[in-house]
Amino acid sequence: MQFVQMLLVLAAAPLLTGYVRKVKAHILRRQGPPLLQPYRDLLRLLKKDVVLAESASWFFRAAPYLVFAATWVAAALVPTFATGLIFSHAADVIAIVALLGSARFVLALAGLDVGTSFGGIGSSREMMIASLAEPAMLMVVFTLSLLAGSTQLSFIAAALQAPEVGLRVSLAMALVALIMVALAENARIPVDNPATHLELTMVHEAMILEYSGRHLALIELASQVKLVLYISIIACVFLPWGIAIAGAGVAAYLAGIALYAVKLAAAGLALGVFETAIAKMRVFRVSDFLGAALMLGLLATLLRFVSAQIG
Amino acid sequence: MALRLLLGCIAALLAMGVLAVAGARERRTSTVVYALALLATALALLLALGVLLAGAPALRLTLPIGVPWLGAHLRLDALSAFFLVVINLGGAMASLYGLGYGAHEEAPARVLPFFLAFLAGMNLVLLADDAFTFLFSWEFMSLASWALVMAHHRRSGNAGAGYLYLLMASFGTLALILAFGLLAGPAGGYEFAAMRAAEPSALMGTAVLALALLGAGSKAGIVPLHAWLPLAHPAAPSHVSALMSGVMTKVAVYGFVRLVFDLVGAPLWWWGAIVAFIGGVTAVLGVLHALMEHDLKRLLAYHTVENIGIIFIGLGLAAAFAANHMQAAAALALTAALFHVFNHSVFKSLLFFGAGAVLGATGERDMERLGGLIHRMPRTAFAFLVGSAAISALPPFNGFVSEWLTFQAILLSPALPQWLLKFLVPAIGAALALSAALAAACFVKAFGVTFLGRPRSDVARRAQETDRFSLGAMFVLAALCLVAGALPGYFIDALGPVAQALVGVHLPAQRGVDWLTIVPIARSRSSYNGLLVLLFVALSAFLAAEAIHRFASKRLRRAPAWDCGFPDASPMTQYTAGSFSQPIRRVFGSVLFRARERVHMAPPGAAQPSQLHVDLRDLLWETLYLPPARFVAALARFFNRAQFLTIRAYLTLVFGALVALLMVLAVWQ
Amino acid sequence: MDRLAFDVAHLCAGALVLVSFMLLYQDRLTGLINTFAVHALVVSVSVAWQAYIQQAPHLYITAAIALGIKALVIPLALHRIIRRLGIHRTIEPVVSIGQTMLAGIGLVALSVMVMLPVTAQAGTLAREDLAFALSVILLGLLMMISRRNAVSQVIGFMSIENGLILAATGAKGMPLVVEISVAFSILIALIVIGIFLFRIRERFETVDIHLLHEHRGEQP
Repeated sequence: MQFVQMLLVLAAAPLLTGYVRKVKAHILRRQGPPLLQPYRDLLRLLKKDVVLAESASWFFRAAPYLVFAATWVAAALVPTFATGLIFSHAADVIAIVALLGSARFVLALAGLDVGTSFGGIGSSREMMIASLAEPAMLMVVFTLSLLAGSTQLSFIAAALQAPEVGLRVSLAMALVALIMVALAENARIPVDNPATHLELTMVHEAMILEYSGRHLALIELASQVKLVLYISIIACVFLPWGIAIAGAGVAAYLAGIALYAVKLAAAGLALGVFETAIAKMRVFRVSDFLGAALMLGLLATLLRFVSAQIG
Repeated sequence: MALRLLLGCIAALLAMGVLAVAGARERRTSTVVYALALLATALALLLALGVLLAGAPALRLTLPIGVPWLGAHLRLDALSAFFLVVINLGGAMASLYGLGYGAHEEAPARVLPFFLAFLAGMNLVLLADDAFTFLFSWEFMSLASWALVMAHHRRSGNAGAGYLYLLMASFGTLALILAFGLLAGPAGGYEFAAMRAAEPSALMGTAVLALALLGAGSKAGIVPLHAWLPLAHPAAPSHVSALMSGVMTKVAVYGFVRLVFDLVGAPLWWWGAIVAFIGGVTAVLGVLHALMEHDLKRLLAYHTVENIGIIFIGLGLAAAFAANHMQAAAALALTAALFHVFNHSVFKSLLFFGAGAVLGATGERDMERLGGLIHRMPRTAFAFLVGSAAISALPPFNGFVSEWLTFQAILLSPALPQWLLKFLVPAIGAALALSAALAAACFVKAFGVTFLGRPRSDVARRAQETDRFSLGAMFVLAALCLVAGALPGYFIDALGPVAQALVGVHLPAQRGVDWLTIVPIARSRSSYNGLLVLLFVALSAFLAAEAIHRFASKRLRRAPAWDCGFPDASPMTQYTAGSFSQPIRRVFGSVLFRARERVHMAPPGAAQPSQLHVDLRDLLWETLYLPPARFVAALARFFNRAQFLTIRAYLTLVFGALVALLMVLAVWQ
Repeated sequence: MDRLAFDVAHLCAGALVLVSFMLLYQDRLTGLINTFAVHALVVSVSVAWQAYIQQAPHLYITAAIALGIKALVIPLALHRIIRRLGIHRTIEPVVSIGQTMLAGIGLVALSVMVMLPVTAQAGTLAREDLAFALSVILLGLLMMISRRNAVSQVIGFMSIENGLILAATGAKGMPLVVEISVAFSILIALIVIGIFLFRIRERFETVDIHLLHEHRGEQP
């Protein structure tokens, strides 16, 4: 089941990206690229030569594999259509957040490796965003763990499905904070524009400016998998209906996969509409945005600490 | 028996110190001395490890030296054994590093004897079982390290750093003397056994806590007593910096734990609140200071402050849990703090060794003049990378495990009944998360600007790799980072006896858990398996690489950097340390450090460059350190007039003193 | 059913605190007025739900008044005022937004710390309604003291009043007369403030409070 999940996540990631692009294009009354275009882009990049800058080191060459591996492993640990993954006891939500942090660490260093100013812009802005987004994410994790009594995602999902949880203020705040963090971490508008070609507006794109060929393909795939990961976390925690319990049988799994596809599609639609509706913020407004997410997370955790009933 | 052997090692170190004074002029002395120091500390390490793992009851010894009616009491229990392991591991690695580094030490007579004395002093502090031995060894350790800080006293800034260090060390020792005096009480029972047996009142316990924070805390480097640390630690030679940051601060933590958890006994809940709060503030301020630095060693010293903050957060939580009789949670918090003690000593030593290697190869500590060293010093760069990843709390390394355990302890805190704790602990959790994220940013800067990119100066362009002993020390520590991250269960089990001694219970045994996962509380709650994560990531990376190379393409060619079509040959166009931290400086620094940037633009057509000035002010230094310093200076200037009086004035003073004493005598009767 | 009643009421109260934080976060006047309209909307939904579960039909009228006057009329009026005055679209905060929000968190913690032990006898819903209501009041006050713009102070004042309504409807039995009088007094206060704003703008070409300080009587 674990391996099915890993392959599913890997296969679905480019499709989701294509779908989001299609939604954004349709809102702007364009046709947009075909749904399967990201797959074609990846295959094309994989076959091309890598053009490496003269000042790049072995770290630059190894980084895409490490980034991809860390992101893929983290995505493999989030229950998408079934709980009870074999390796779910190896890493809980905190470890998943930290694995994504490792991927970001490696990517930021790779941005500095070639020694150009654009890499520096990307890395320094990315680390500023991360310095606020990661604590906000951890506060959300704390809120969820305090509600569920565990930091394992499968247990959290099971606990939040129980009827006595109900609608809680801290859950609402955690959801808002999580969405804000997910937008920042996946380099989406309003924090960063994934489709920009102006270097001064780039954060993620500037870090990977010097990459080409199969390296670029791996990094693109890793960021697509990261989007699927965040949507899976939101779906698993806040929309847990349909996740099959371990050992429930093939029919339950298939239903789980179908519902998961519906959740991904709904999230992609919401993301596309949201990205088209608002504009990107100035870089130094992002710190206010993420500071608000951190405050919301802190408030939600505080409410959980203060009383079991309130919040 | 083990205790006597340990004492033998210490005596050997001291003897070698004396001999080293004699033979310091010759070339080969330093090699011999460091090799013997390596042997002595390795032996001590193995002995302490044996005692810790065996879990035997405490060993005692009383020597008839020292104060006549007291003697010197020595004791080796689980807590001492653990800290001895930490210290001797650091000492052994520093000696190994010194085998290579000592070859280009310019003043070996100033370094060698004090290095050995420093090691001996630290070991002795951990074995002390009465107040005099403890204080004597503590001062001995401080003075030896002061001498090492002043080893290169002609370099600018070192003399001032040494002076400040001496002041703060004396202040700390005074606080500790008062603390021990309070604990000994009017009966004067200076043995630790007597202090343990006595039950201090809440008021006295609080006074001892405050004095312990001032005394041990100032040596550990908690805010606001940290100001000496970033000046003194970088001034010493590199292996000594590693010892001071990685090991001596842990001796201070030991002092604090011994005083508060062992000698005072039952902590009160609001002590935990104070300690955890101080820890949180220290962690955040330490890492923010580190982000503003571009001197490599000073950055690492500020990071030590941050990690000490993390350790104190764990200790504060442990005290709060213990006061509320939640022993299992207290054991978890204490284990997290002590595991972080071990982890920090390992990766901080590794990072200082790397900085020392860079300093030795280029003669530069300023990151703004380095760059591209990964091509010239690849092995050092690899070891430094492992250390940076470990200190940034990234899985699968060891920094993540201790941070994970601290988070688990925080998640157990809603069960604490006191309202202040209910509000304080989530804020401290947020501070911890913030400091971890900022630490990662700081080490991206440190590693990226120093080792990656293109060389910014000639010395960076011509750097050579360091010798094999230094590399050996670094690789041993890097391997240890990985092992402690992948197999943390063994380390947690080793800490069991310590937790048992201090809070009465220990964490469930991790050895039996399947797949080498660690389960600190219960399986239904949380678990982590470092080895599986490591294997998983390594396997995925390998699979991806193989699949792509086999089925897609393997070709590669070199070309100039793309740089958006505007490549610039000058390495000055790449990001510097100051520019990398500019976004974070704007977000966090504009309030905390009053960070202001001033730009002087050259007029159009002029040949001189434009300039960017960044002003940073350390508000703690300006409000807490400078006013007393100015007051003391003013007082000294006032009394200095007494140096230049006439003979008649001196006679008047003597006469006045005599008359005053006679008057006191008259009134007293 | 009881569970659902509790949950929705509790969610509305929490949502009001959330929208108060959003009010603190805004840095443009149009955004601020729209967020205030949402604030009033949440209050009216909360009061309507209380009317439903307490079976108190007069509260429906309170909800309608909150919706009509505070969510529609007053924001539209404020939009017209700022367009007529042509005042600057951004609001300068006294300290940065991050620090204001940090202070907001401290205020929420303070109100929880005050309210929960004091109301130990009351039912859970009333306790937390009071705690959240006090938070909303304090956050409204914080907004008044941390902004330099007169319109934002008016909005802060009105959000305080929303907090009071939340507190009053949480406890059972608030008569309609009180609400009508309160609503009218708000309307009159708004008209007065509007007139003031016009006069201030005429005299000084701006409504920045900071600049007005120099013209106070005591200083020569």
